[in-house]
Amino acid sequence: MNAPLILSADQVQTPSPAPLAPAQAAARPIIRFEKVAKIFAARGSNAQVAALSDITLDVPEGAILGVIGRSGAGKSTLIRLVNGLERATSGRVTVDGVDISALDEKALRAERRSIGMIFQHFNLLARRTAFDNVALPLEIAGVPRREIKARVEPLLELVGLSDKRDRYPAELSGGQKQRVGIARALATRPRVLLSDEATSALDPETTNQILALLRKVNSELNLTVLLITHEMAVIKAVADRVAVIDGGRIVEEGATYDVFAAPQHATTRSFLSALTGQSLPPELADRLKPEPAEGRDAVLRIVFTGTHASDPVLSRVSRLLSVDVNIIQAQVDEIAGAPFGVIIVSVPGDAATVSAVVGAVERLHLSAEVLGYV
Amino acid sequence: MFDLSFGLLPPAIVDLIIDATQQTLYMVAVSGVLGTLAGLPLGVFLATSRKGELFAAPLANHVLGLVVNAARSTPFIILVVAIIPFTRLVAGTSIGTNAAIVPLTVAAAPFIARLIEAAIREVDQGLVEAARAMGASPLQIVAKVLLPEALPAITLALTLAAVSLLGYSAMVGAVGGGGLGDLGIRFGYQRFMPEVMAAVVIVLILLVQGVQTLGDLIARRLDKRSRS
Repeated sequence: MNAPLILSADQVQTPSPAPLAPAQAAARPIIRFEKVAKIFAARGSNAQVAALSDITLDVPEGAILGVIGRSGAGKSTLIRLVNGLERATSGRVTVDGVDISALDEKALRAERRSIGMIFQHFNLLARRTAFDNVALPLEIAGVPRREIKARVEPLLELVGLSDKRDRYPAELSGGQKQRVGIARALATRPRVLLSDEATSALDPETTNQILALLRKVNSELNLTVLLITHEMAVIKAVADRVAVIDGGRIVEEGATYDVFAAPQHATTRSFLSALTGQSLPPELADRLKPEPAEGRDAVLRIVFTGTHASDPVLSRVSRLLSVDVNIIQAQVDEIAGAPFGVIIVSVPGDAATVSAVVGAVERLHLSAEVLGYV
Repeated sequence: MFDLSFGLLPPAIVDLIIDATQQTLYMVAVSGVLGTLAGLPLGVFLATSRKGELFAAPLANHVLGLVVNAARSTPFIILVVAIIPFTRLVAGTSIGTNAAIVPLTVAAAPFIARLIEAAIREVDQGLVEAARAMGASPLQIVAKVLLPEALPAITLALTLAAVSLLGYSAMVGAVGGGGLGDLGIRFGYQRFMPEVMAAVVIVLILLVQGVQTLGDLIARRLDKRSRS
């Protein structure tokens, strides 16, 4: 008799969000920025500097969202708002419904235990072993000694460092230090992990290992990850969603795949051009002219996405239109587990041929963009 | 008893040197411990109370800094005489080894405070940020991060303070404090006994070397940064 009563009471209390379908439930935002601004007083004067303006961003539960921006774009400030290391000047930052900006210091300290953080320079205590570093957040939380041991050892195992438990940070490689950092961040069983340029001090191979570990903890522990980086390669490797930040504003946000396939903002394009296969070879870029002319060829970028990424598009176009297609550069990649390709080709530069080729490509559900003429 | 001077000094003088060495060690040890007890919290406060820091209290930090600077800029021999009323209040007398501990402690505390402050400021701010992100309180950050991480530097700072106190203790002969410095002045200088002066200098050199070597050894044991 009780159960139905409780159920109906629940329904009365939360009438507005209709019962979510499983697919939608997975996308429930766990971190929300609502019209957040952060203004710093400039040093030595009365001037004010807006580090962040009008930030509205949702991080879906269980997702890895990457924020990419150049240094000074405000991404460090953005990530520090989530655990209250910085306070928003206006707007709200909520984590799992808790308004971080409204908490007092004591409540904030308790809340921080459910938000792990890893750092570019690892920030491990030099005088503590790997084990004791991982134990630190538990000591701070007042967990009894015996329980600490039971919690730390599985974490060291998870990050693959069981054999290094008694080593000091100076005896570990950069990648191992970051593994300790990750284990430490997970010690208090957080729901959210903040990653502050966690791979920026690491070589590419170690970076990939650390990113794979982030992927692993994300899926095994259903941990939501908010990471900031200045490298598109990091976004490409792990992020489900990407937000591009420039001048303290989010200029583009979306599923990583969509943003890679069709970047809208110049900053996004410039980050993408740093990836191989996204930019023209420099020799060609130098010769590229904006207008067509007699005898010039048109240079096109064709982006292959989704289910069409593996179609034999070029040979079809070539056959259909009897046009010679010259492949200048081609790159097929995988982003967020889906195939993604960029091919740069040249075709005869007369207007009729170019529009026929673009039309044919678009009929095959791909996008083609004329970059210029050579 | 075994003759420590290998027959170069009369036994009575050897006894005087042994007594003086004990007095010096006693004064340095007691004032060192008391000076650390006062200087450590002062140093921690100085290192953590500027604007935006853990225990931000810029005004108190500024005032305390001025007091510390004032104490440190007073020449020790002046300090000894200037605080005689305070010494009498604390020790019941202004003369003798115990009385000498008062000005030694008063001189050591601000010195140690500045050394500890410097040692703590050397700790990477990233560690403080990491501890804050874990939900540590300011006191926990001091106890679990700042002091442990600064411990090798603090050890070296206290070693330096002990060596300085050995030097200061030579001046407390002026108020009947005894010790090696007093012996050197009274016998070596005023009674024209250069062999006593030489013996005092040698004992002081050995003490300083011993303290410094021990301090270095402990600091190296505590420092885990450069192990391979």
